[in-house]
Amino acid sequence: MAKVSSIVIDPLSDNNPITIQVLGICSALAVTVQMETAAVMCVALTAVLTGSNTIISLMRNHIPNRIRMIVEMVVISSLVILADQIMKAFLFDISRQLSVFVGLIITNCIVMGRAEAFALQNPPKESFLDGLGNALGYSIVLLLVASAREILGSGTWYGLHVLPSNYMGNGMAALAPGAFIIVGLIIWVQRSITHKYETD
Amino acid sequence: MTETPLLNLAVKAIFVENIVLAYFLGMCSFLALSKKVETATGLGLAVVFVLGITAPLNWVIHHFLLRRGALAWTGIDALARLDLSFLNFICFIAVIACMVQLVEMILDRFFPPLYNALGIFLPLITVNCSILGGSLFLVERKYTFAESAVFGLSSGAGFALAIVALAAIRTKLRYSHIPPGLKGLGITFILTGLMAIGFLCFSGISL
Repeated sequence: MAKVSSIVIDPLSDNNPITIQVLGICSALAVTVQMETAAVMCVALTAVLTGSNTIISLMRNHIPNRIRMIVEMVVISSLVILADQIMKAFLFDISRQLSVFVGLIITNCIVMGRAEAFALQNPPKESFLDGLGNALGYSIVLLLVASAREILGSGTWYGLHVLPSNYMGNGMAALAPGAFIIVGLIIWVQRSITHKYETD
Repeated sequence: MTETPLLNLAVKAIFVENIVLAYFLGMCSFLALSKKVETATGLGLAVVFVLGITAPLNWVIHHFLLRRGALAWTGIDALARLDLSFLNFICFIAVIACMVQLVEMILDRFFPPLYNALGIFLPLITVNCSILGGSLFLVERKYTFAESAVFGLSSGAGFALAIVALAAIRTKLRYSHIPPGLKGLGITFILTGLMAIGFLCFSGISL
């Protein structure tokens, strides 16, 4: 059991997909202006990642090595199309705000990276857990960045006013530079705590 | 959709709405391959090349095969009523993968020096978000054919500009003292943030 739990827990901090493995950064930055879009994105990515990891792991003994990339691409794109259609049907406004970034889950390096690095060598149950763990690790960072940007940018958190109403929103946090700098600072804090430094 | 002058669109895609610094697309390779100016230049060129080809090509596919009522040119009523736009993602990524392969083979046959210069970066481009993102943007913004071609090329140029600039800064950075936790990825992010502030100065420019 120790192994199973470590598969889920490792990616939360020690092997976090965003801050340590450096995967899937595009979407992490783009959808974090508000908590709501970030939360929806996390759910979508969790569904796609666990699904693709499980399916690819089920097929791992039947995929010829030379065309494995194409097979992975097809599995991932199909799942993303499903997620996109479901969102358009039930959460139309949010899917408008996320615009192209739902589609970009296809090229989100986390999905492809975990399929290549884990699902191709491991049985379905472990792959499912690995997908879940990495998706949660991604979600934690995403929600942290979104909290910081929404509170600093507009003084609200998940649409609720948390700062005094005379707080002037800091526009920079809602714009692109704010996202980059906040992610940079989160990485700094996280790496200082876990002592995972880059040597170079 | 009002017609935007093409020059204005190009300036907008390169500077004002830079695909990396304003839309965060292609961040993974942007961060991973910006350690040296030479590799950054190679990747930048490859992105300009592939984005310039795939954007208009995907426009054609979306316009004549996939969007609502696109198959009307066949003259068959049942086909004309189809809306296949949910197949956008899978078709675009397939087109991109095929084009990358094709471009690689053509370059290998006819322009070996350029092929050698681009090297490993060509195949890597398939999974670069900026390429797929470019194609998805042109659908969402309802660009015309000429606009998509210009948008593709100038977004690529914007990516190249940003990555070469970042690589130049990172080369200088090698001799500075940085706190251990910030080394590598952390400081690169903060640098990118500062670059993005710089690029904000361009906003409001229109020709």
